[in-house]
Amino acid sequence: MSKLQILTKGILKENPALVLILGMCPTLGVTTSATNGLGMGLATTFVILLSNVVISLIKNLIPNNVHIPAYIVVIASIVTILQQLMEAYMPSLFNALGLFIPLIVVNCIVLGRAEAFASKNNVIDSALDGLGMGYGFTLALTVLGAIREILGSGSIFGFNFLHSDGIIGFVLAPGAFLVLGLLIAGAKILTKKIYKKD
Amino acid sequence: MEYILIIISAIFVNNVVLAKFLGICPFIGVSNKVSTSIGMTGAVAFVMVIASLVTYFIQKLLKSYQIEFMQTITFILVIASLVQMVELVLKKVSPSLYQALGIFLPLITTNCTVLGVAILAVSNPDYGALETAVFALANALGYGVALIVFAGLREQLELAEVPQAMEGVPIAFITAGILAMAFMGFSGLV
Amino acid sequence: MDKKNPTLFQMIAVLMAIALICAAAVSLVYKATKPVIEQSQLNKKIQTVSKIVPEFDNSPVEESFYVKTANGKDSLQFYPAKKAGELVGMGVSTFSEKGYGGRIDILVGFKPDGTIYNTEVVKLNETPGLGDKSDKAKSNWAEQFNDKNPQTFKLLVKKDGGDVDAISAATITSRAYTEAISTAYNTFMSHTNGTKPEGTSGATIKNN
Repeated sequence: MSKLQILTKGILKENPALVLILGMCPTLGVTTSATNGLGMGLATTFVILLSNVVISLIKNLIPNNVHIPAYIVVIASIVTILQQLMEAYMPSLFNALGLFIPLIVVNCIVLGRAEAFASKNNVIDSALDGLGMGYGFTLALTVLGAIREILGSGSIFGFNFLHSDGIIGFVLAPGAFLVLGLLIAGAKILTKKIYKKD
Repeated sequence: MEYILIIISAIFVNNVVLAKFLGICPFIGVSNKVSTSIGMTGAVAFVMVIASLVTYFIQKLLKSYQIEFMQTITFILVIASLVQMVELVLKKVSPSLYQALGIFLPLITTNCTVLGVAILAVSNPDYGALETAVFALANALGYGVALIVFAGLREQLELAEVPQAMEGVPIAFITAGILAMAFMGFSGLV
Repeated sequence: MDKKNPTLFQMIAVLMAIALICAAAVSLVYKATKPVIEQSQLNKKIQTVSKIVPEFDNSPVEESFYVKTANGKDSLQFYPAKKAGELVGMGVSTFSEKGYGGRIDILVGFKPDGTIYNTEVVKLNETPGLGDKSDKAKSNWAEQFNDKNPQTFKLLVKKDGGDVDAISAATITSRAYTEAISTAYNTFMSHTNGTKPEGTSGATIKNN
């Protein structure tokens, strides 16, 4: 696989949220606005990137049968560091994302990429993979957040351009499920169209 | 009375899956059949109650040393090793129970309901050990209710004709959305 | 090292080493961010307090003290605002457990006679688009409390026979918000009407 392919596969072909259906909890939970979606996406990207790099660096030192606990410790530490940095420098985003920041630890994307990619590839490829997956996830979350925010509160990135309240259901729980379901179906159709030849 | 409030609130009003968005991956993944959903619920309830109680005491320990910032790391390690231990103990003590729940246990480490509920429980200063256990059990029941109802719906859905692009996961999410809407009717109950 | 068949010692050593390094990294970041977090929380507190009381020249946060509520169970933090040594307002940090998403924390500022000067949300977890309209950042609902004296303005939502307009479709939130103000008012009045402030008084500085 070329470097470019590693970097771009996360956008659509292997989009973690829309095609691989991973990390659904934050995808649904924090996307009440485009800003929150973007923030969560970037936070997750930070964790995947860092954990992929660290794990591909230490992969040769870890005996096979204890690699999962070792990875979990590494990932949990990175998440805790992120948690502290966010609380210090981005307190409002930290409050908006709440419980879902510590829950990045159990986001299947992070451990999944560590296990499936970083434990088998070199540092540079792992970093690219982390970046690619991260911004694929960010893209999905931001789009979902934007749609819900436009329909639900009539605004985008906090800027109220419709001057109305919107359809409240889209900000609440049901809207999250409905919009995500439709987005996944859309991604399915799009993938089929683009990768027909493969 | 207080316990009843905790239970009703966790099952209907603030359902872990449909209102708090925890444990969605297994919710979509294993909810094809009612029987597997029941098994999963049992395993989650088992681990969740033990994990919440253990993390409750660990939080006290962390607090007494003023290292609460280590919360995420210690909790996830405790839960991961707890799942392994439960698996081993169950295998020895009750093979029949192990057979029923066994295949679900490894899935639970990455089920964010367990970590999520543990963190929620310790962040409520009013909860003692007993409230924590009740809260965990109630959340597991809420998880079970959502999972089993959803599995029932999906069994019916298998027979329905669905547009090709909507097949599988997308229609499952739409169904979950409608279910979440129904659960919103419980809001204001507590 | 043999990756496939490590000895027990190797496994333990590797895990211990990783745990130690990770703990060290996390602790370092903790040490580095702790003052920043505390400072930003303090700044936010000072900023919020200054929004809810008339102009002052002392430092209400440093002079804050605790007063027990009527039920004797909870204590509210009071922030006295003084100008030239005279009390011009009192910020009260109050709460209600009855919000739709659980506890809500708000700050209420009173003039010395008990008239509400302003209110500000500290922390709430209400439904976006409905209950979170009680936050001034989202709508001007909470402004109806300003310049009202609870002696003449009944602190109950209209549905319950009071004078407060509830947020449409978010009565529970409105009730909780109103209840929090009411608790603050009652505590403030019993404090000013000469009844000895129970609990800790004086310059108890306690953040969080």
